[in-house]
Amino acid sequence: MAEFFTNLLGQDLGTLVWIVLRILAIVLPLLLSVAYLTYAERKVLGAMQLRKGPNVVGPFGLTQPLADGLKLFFKETIIPTDANKFVFLMAPALTFILALVAWAVIPFFENGALANVNVGILYLFAISSLGVYGIIMAGWASNSKYAFLGSLRSAAQMVSYEVSIGFVLVAILLCVGSLNLTDVVHAQEKGVWFIIPHLPLFIIFYVSGLAETNRSPFDLPEGESELVAGYMVEYSAMTFALFFLGEYANMILMSGMITTLFLGGWLAPFHIPAPFGLTALWGLFWFLLKVAAMLFGFLWVRATFPRYRYDQLMRLGWKVFLPFSLFWLVLTAGVLEYTGLMVR
Amino acid sequence: MSFFDRTARDWLLLEVFSGMALTFRYMFKPRVTINYPYEKGPLSPRFRGEHALRRYPNGEERCIACKLCEAICPAQAITIEAEPRDDGSRRTTRYDIDMTKCIYCGFCQEACPVDAIVEGPNFEFATETRAELMYDKDKLLANGDRWEVELAARIEADAPYR
Repeated sequence: MAEFFTNLLGQDLGTLVWIVLRILAIVLPLLLSVAYLTYAERKVLGAMQLRKGPNVVGPFGLTQPLADGLKLFFKETIIPTDANKFVFLMAPALTFILALVAWAVIPFFENGALANVNVGILYLFAISSLGVYGIIMAGWASNSKYAFLGSLRSAAQMVSYEVSIGFVLVAILLCVGSLNLTDVVHAQEKGVWFIIPHLPLFIIFYVSGLAETNRSPFDLPEGESELVAGYMVEYSAMTFALFFLGEYANMILMSGMITTLFLGGWLAPFHIPAPFGLTALWGLFWFLLKVAAMLFGFLWVRATFPRYRYDQLMRLGWKVFLPFSLFWLVLTAGVLEYTGLMVR
Repeated sequence: MSFFDRTARDWLLLEVFSGMALTFRYMFKPRVTINYPYEKGPLSPRFRGEHALRRYPNGEERCIACKLCEAICPAQAITIEAEPRDDGSRRTTRYDIDMTKCIYCGFCQEACPVDAIVEGPNFEFATETRAELMYDKDKLLANGDRWEVELAARIEADAPYR
């Protein structure tokens, strides 16, 4: 494919077109998944609460996300008088862009990552840490006490849980011996999926992922009873929609990370060979299936648990997850060293 | 011992998973949503909806202008004026209910000695203007004519319990 474009348009332009096409091939389905994730969320929550969920707009309510999107698109963007206009408008864009940019290193199938860089895990970690800035900027630029309090909470929460996420990543890193996400999957191909030896770590990572994406039961930043909607109170129309899209794209990203790190990425379980030699499609199928399962978990958890209190949230992050992930890291290192499996 | 028990429970996340199992089971239960306005829930014969003034089978209006409903109405939503009719019988010349004041307590139908004013099964009488909710005698009688079959059936069904 790459040769086709370089032959047609010359070396530079052809490569550029090819890269842009590959980016679009990731971003467009991603945006569509974000739209339908909101639909799935409403349907799953509805089912678990014995309701029907959206069923009026289109067959089974399937065009509901489009209707919601159109509504937000045509609404007026209100900028508060006291707001810092530039930062106020930058914040949602930043959140949204960061949620998309991180997808560059996720391998969808064998050799199916946009950028197969050797610092994949580090890149993901860095990008997800940057997410805090969008929130802080939104809260500060709104010049509203609720938005500011919400953003502070959100930042504190994300920073706290990033610490244990970091240790989990290091433990995985020790088992793989590489920061390249494709290598992470290959390591699981040779051995077992990391969810089996690292089950407690998987649970910690999953729960930290919930906290990192500000999802229930850690959705304190938008605790409506005390903070209205947290850092995005003052946002409306498309600026709000960008936050919303970014939040859901982050959920999908977190599921993609969990899938790559713990569930063997594109690998089929029990080494089932691809039918008709469709290796890439087969890999993509399993990757998407695992991501969907993880996303269902996000919705499932939301339907099940009440919101954590702020001090409980901090206690869980600093007094349970952090020591435990540290302990597990040392244990992993010890076991690897003792059994001579450590990759140097 | 209970300490170990509790700690094990905590660390194995037993309660977390049993909670999630519960919501998962609920996902496959039948929905309770009623697809209003295409489906409607059942109404008791005692349901207190829109008011109506009933007539006798011969077409004579039941109301004898005793004004008991007006007197008992806690929201003072009912206004009645009465005069003897040409044939000497006592009848209302004006019977207004301000539906914006009415609290649907049903005292008017309890007070009525001749089952003239009743609250019917209709609850879908929203209007676009406030003025349309100032019901006069014609509107109430028209309601009575429109709902008479159901009104009679409701009174019949509730009669054994009164």
